[in-house]
Amino acid sequence: MPVLEQNGTKVWHRRTRSESLTRWAVWLTGTAIFVYCWQKISEVTTWFFVWDAPRIAEDIWTRATPPRWEYITQLGRPIWDTLNIATLGTLIALCFAVPIAFMAARNTTPSATFVRPIALLIIVSTRSINSLIWALLLIAVIGPGVLAGVVAIAIRSIGFCAKLVYEAIEEIDQTQVEAITATGASRWQVMAYGIVPQIAPAFAGVAVFRWDINIRESTVLGLVGAGGIGLQLSSSLNVLAWPQVSLILLVILAAVVLSEWVSAKVREAII
Amino acid sequence: MLRLEKLVKTYKTGDQALKAVDLTIPQGQVMALIGPSGAGKSTMIRCINRLVEPTSGQVWLEDTELTGLSSGGLRRKRREMGMIFQEYALVERLTVMENVLSGRLGYVGFWRSFTRRYPQESVDEAFRLLDRVGLLAMADKRADELSGGQRQRVGICRALIQNPKLLLVDEPTASLDPKTSRQIMRLICELCAERGLAAIINIHDVALAKMFVQRVVGLRFGAIEFDGRPEELTPDVLTTIYGEEDWEATIEKVEDDDEKTAEAEVAAL
Amino acid sequence: MSNELDAVLGHRWKKPPLIKRDWLRWTIGVGAVAYLIAAFLTIDVNWSRVYEGLDRGAAFILAFTTPDFVSRATDIRDGLLESIIMTIAASVVGIAISIPIGLGAARNIAPLPVYLVCRGIVAVSRALQEIIVAILLVAIFGFGPLAGFLTLSFATIGFLSKLLAEDIESMDKVQAEAIKASGARWLQWINYGVQPQVMPRLVGLSIYRLDINFRESAILGLVGAGGIGATLNTAFDRYEYDTAAAILILIILIVMALEYLSGIIRARVQ
Repeated sequence: MPVLEQNGTKVWHRRTRSESLTRWAVWLTGTAIFVYCWQKISEVTTWFFVWDAPRIAEDIWTRATPPRWEYITQLGRPIWDTLNIATLGTLIALCFAVPIAFMAARNTTPSATFVRPIALLIIVSTRSINSLIWALLLIAVIGPGVLAGVVAIAIRSIGFCAKLVYEAIEEIDQTQVEAITATGASRWQVMAYGIVPQIAPAFAGVAVFRWDINIRESTVLGLVGAGGIGLQLSSSLNVLAWPQVSLILLVILAAVVLSEWVSAKVREAII
Repeated sequence: MLRLEKLVKTYKTGDQALKAVDLTIPQGQVMALIGPSGAGKSTMIRCINRLVEPTSGQVWLEDTELTGLSSGGLRRKRREMGMIFQEYALVERLTVMENVLSGRLGYVGFWRSFTRRYPQESVDEAFRLLDRVGLLAMADKRADELSGGQRQRVGICRALIQNPKLLLVDEPTASLDPKTSRQIMRLICELCAERGLAAIINIHDVALAKMFVQRVVGLRFGAIEFDGRPEELTPDVLTTIYGEEDWEATIEKVEDDDEKTAEAEVAAL
Repeated sequence: MSNELDAVLGHRWKKPPLIKRDWLRWTIGVGAVAYLIAAFLTIDVNWSRVYEGLDRGAAFILAFTTPDFVSRATDIRDGLLESIIMTIAASVVGIAISIPIGLGAARNIAPLPVYLVCRGIVAVSRALQEIIVAILLVAIFGFGPLAGFLTLSFATIGFLSKLLAEDIESMDKVQAEAIKASGARWLQWINYGVQPQVMPRLVGLSIYRLDINFRESAILGLVGAGGIGATLNTAFDRYEYDTAAAILILIILIVMALEYLSGIIRARVQ
């Protein structure tokens, strides 16, 4: 009851007493957790460096400007590699994501008790782990280079694409599928005529969206040795060549903005 | 031609949609299935081509029993039963022509259907059917660009190109305006007459049903309450099927004034 | 039989192509194929190295069946704890800062200069990836979780402010106007007219961002910004696949738990 009696007069409160108490308790615990976290962080921080930070930042800034523009001639191949990592990785991921999505969607899965949980497990585990970690792992297995980057991007994208596609499959109009089934079509024909046309727009949207994200991610894969422009970034950082670093960052920024623009245009054209 | 014997459907929820229905439909008969919502009309139609698996009972199409068929055998028999749906159920992102040709899916292999290389006879037949329903010019339009009445005509073509012996028609006019509804019903009945097809038309517009069909079956709570000629549908009969209501207005003969104009429109569209 | 029908009978039928103009369709098709060939050819693959690695790959997959939580238990525990601490602190601070910036980046409630500044902050934060920000912050603030905490806070601002601003821009104007008409001040107006409309989505997005922050915190250690990433990197370097598998399994479990939790919370607030 939000209306309480106090000294004989009725007073309106937004919440009852126990409600406000719980609210206070939640806020208090939340604040306590935050304070604890902050203390833990500050314990292991060398505050001397932090107070010195403005000076260091200024120092880096003066070293990094102006960018070394002529270095761009050496970035052609890395940029090409970065583009390939993102594009090929996306394509490979889509090839795997589609069958997994069909296995994970409730209305198309061959077996809800065996196949679906496995498909969902693949989706969640590939999605939870960042592509940099996949890249680290693949470098340990197949050696550094563009291939490791392509595969890392592909693995990471499988779960993401499969999740969005299987949600689209679960939302299709079932009567269209019924109509195709009623003509005497086989299981595969029902899929090709009844389901695929319905999810095609969603699929194209997901592909372009993920490609955009993958361009971003592939620019930094080189930091762990998986090819692309990140390799140049990492080697420039190692020798503290700040003018090169700033140029590479500008190039990455341009790539990110450009890919976002392309994907927005393509999505507009599809929908 | 089609014979249902003791057909029962009980859903997992325990609802008994069909209670031991017996029904025989001879060659070339157009039959309307009426009854209140939830009477089991849709379930019955879907049990015949096993879009819904019947719980027990038998369905005989000519000399074949359908409920015991394997999936391959069922597909071959489904080709002989064309189905027309309430919300048209066209694949909206495919073209009109692809939708019509999808009726031939049971006759062609996967790769031919996937690459859209249908045999020339099928393509010609599709064009002939589209011309018959007045949609030839729309062949390469996408299905979602069409109006309701046009979509239902495409749905009819898709059912007919299967070269069926029987049409299963589920509420063909429920999403259409009154005039288009009559045009569509007339078209279905004319085509059945031309090709000597039997049809089960599941419909809730009693007046419309009476105008076009030779036989009416009334379903209530999954059991047949009435089976007879349209003229025999008296207010008493309707009360047993649907419950108490003033039926005189519904039964009143609807003037079929726009017969000629409607005909012209169908041809012009 | 009509004339149009005569014209089409006996002719082959082809599905109308997606792209109507012939030359454009061919250019795109040929271009795509040429690109793919060029892309494949320029991947330098050291096949003997890959072949050698297959054994290690198999060893790693097998390691998932026998993950080793024990031998580096302290490292794993400290790393995970640090990741979680960074995640929570950064989410709280990030969300707190995103709310005013989100308000400022919504064109329908903020004046133009404020709008431009806030949109600028959002754009910068979204364009820079976490790992690059982390590198710069580590260079400035030194190694440790403080750099990671700042990185995640910064990334949260870009993500949350943008979505919050879009939400405010698409809110129901009538409700907000009704509050304004009652003579409310700006803050009262935000509190009564805007907040109730965007609150459920803000809570949902915040939880979602917490989830993302945790995933991202796992990689920050690679560049020295604290968290489980450093432990993981060491495990890979030493080819201790069973320890690496254990860490990955823990990350996946925590992410799953967070997703489950966010599902429950989002269902409750909406």
